[in-house]
Amino acid sequence: MIEARLLTKVFHDRKRGEIRGADQVSFRVEPGRIYGLLGANGAGKTTTLRMLGTLLRPTSGTAIVAGHDVAREPDRVRANIGFLAASTALYARLTAREMIAYFGRLNGMSEHALRARIGVLSQELDMGEFLDRRCDKLSTGMKQKTSIARTIVHDPQVLMFDEPTLGLDVMTARAIVKFVRDCRGRGKTVIYSTHVMSEAEKLCDVIGIIHGGALRAEGTLAELQARTGESDLEECFVKIVAQEASR
Amino acid sequence: MNWRTIGTVYSKELKDTLRDRRTLISMIVVPTLFMPGLIFGMGKIATVVVSKAKEEVPRIMVIGGADSPGVRAELAKTGKFRVEPASADWKALISDKKVRAAVEIPEGFEKALDLGSAPKITLYDYQGELKSGFATEQLRDFFTGLRDRATSRLLADRGVPASLAHPFDVDQVNVAPPEKVGGNLLGGIVPYFIIFLCLIGAMYPAMDLTAGEKERGTMETLLCCPAARTDIVLGKFFMVLTGSLFAVMSSLASLAVTLLLVTSSIKSGAKGAAAANLPSIDPLGILGVLAMILPVAVLFSAVLFSVSLFAKSLKEAQSYLTPMTFVVIVPVAIGVLPGIDLNLRLALVPILNISLVCKEMLSGVWHWGYIGVIFGSTALYATAALALCVRMFRSEGVLFRT
Repeated sequence: MIEARLLTKVFHDRKRGEIRGADQVSFRVEPGRIYGLLGANGAGKTTTLRMLGTLLRPTSGTAIVAGHDVAREPDRVRANIGFLAASTALYARLTAREMIAYFGRLNGMSEHALRARIGVLSQELDMGEFLDRRCDKLSTGMKQKTSIARTIVHDPQVLMFDEPTLGLDVMTARAIVKFVRDCRGRGKTVIYSTHVMSEAEKLCDVIGIIHGGALRAEGTLAELQARTGESDLEECFVKIVAQEASR
Repeated sequence: MNWRTIGTVYSKELKDTLRDRRTLISMIVVPTLFMPGLIFGMGKIATVVVSKAKEEVPRIMVIGGADSPGVRAELAKTGKFRVEPASADWKALISDKKVRAAVEIPEGFEKALDLGSAPKITLYDYQGELKSGFATEQLRDFFTGLRDRATSRLLADRGVPASLAHPFDVDQVNVAPPEKVGGNLLGGIVPYFIIFLCLIGAMYPAMDLTAGEKERGTMETLLCCPAARTDIVLGKFFMVLTGSLFAVMSSLASLAVTLLLVTSSIKSGAKGAAAANLPSIDPLGILGVLAMILPVAVLFSAVLFSVSLFAKSLKEAQSYLTPMTFVVIVPVAIGVLPGIDLNLRLALVPILNISLVCKEMLSGVWHWGYIGVIFGSTALYATAALALCVRMFRSEGVLFRT
């Protein structure tokens, strides 16, 4: 489970002064559910996810992830999450197997458990053909599969995806979306950040619209449609953001 | 601290580094080829240049001396010079290297020489120019010989033995063992290169493991795992240290092999006397240098790591680290200068202290007090730099600097 409580992150920039990357963001995601964080570029999605993933320390507020406080037990939080973002790349000079094994070891897995897990993941993600090929020689799709395997090698309870389909071709993006859906099927708690409306529409049980660092609206697709009187998620999004801007 | 995690990070970084051609070049290839290249390459070039300069029959010019035909004829007869006709612009000709040297024979020189009261001969050369120097040396030899012969003749004419003008000889014999002579010769230059290579060996891994990871996006991947930041930074740091120490080891090993090869090739060439004069280094001195270089390698690795970690990209890291080579070269170069001796104050100056103590150790001088102070102070600086490294790695402002 994920529970964000008034998560706030303030950055200080010499030229622009104080910037609120996230402003009192609160939401809750139950196991077996996908929470979509929908927002434009720079809206605060990555900052929020980085705080949940303990990469950034909240300026104020906190979050409980898989039963652990992000500020007080960051190592325990990281042991229970899988974090996949467009910015989380692979080590070019390692093979796919070495990459997965490295992160398995960093997650404290034994060599025996790791071997078995790599076997399972290789079969599930159909990686057998390229498992021992260096990551810099892999196609985009193969890289993405390797990234997924790296993310879930320790079988985490919570999965965080930060724009995972950014820059990917349609087929690879579809594979990712399918994988995220499978995670829900396995009872995982999933948070999925995106600015692609169609993905949010197809995938998310609950959608949170984030703009200017703050969560502006939250609900199921039907609830957001009812609130705005629009049938299309994109129109819902634009209307909510415009309403907030006019306040 | 979890040593298993540190080991996991270290072994991954080692594997990754050994697959990177650029790092291998800076860590192994350059240090291994540097010393032999320097000794063989520079030695060969110097030999060729000097022997070519010596082979040349120098063009010289005689200024004046029209009334000293005997001296002029004797000079020409030696066959060691090509005497050019006198010209008013002889100074410009020497500067343009068209003439190597000139000799000014004053008026009435020959006549005065017969009487034993000849005036001064003046030689003109282009100081610092090798061929001009050789020409002047030969001219000096000629006129010294002329003077000695005239002295002997004048003394004989007066019935005085020639030995009166040369009552005794002065001889010089070296009592220092070859390794001390070698230490003095190489002691200055070896620490210079060792310290420099210690820095170079750490430089590329430091950049690649920090700024390089940020640039490639793997840093964020790594930070998502539950390993403690301190364990990650130590695993990476040990890899940078390995790079630095490996560079030093490679260069020292190749230096030892080079000296062995040179010695054996000269010995087998029946040049026993030359082999006896070859510089050799006390093996204990090498061990001493290795021991002293350890805290320096830690210091360099930690500083390079911290600076690179601050950079957002490899290019930015490079622009920060390049000036650092000058920061290191200056104190090392000061240490190489003759006349700079180790004292308590200098023993606390980082890098310079190592350069000075290594020079001493290689020439067989062991000031244990200074060695202790230098090792201790460098270890202290290194610890502080490593603490800074760990602190920086925990700072999100540094890791996610935009």
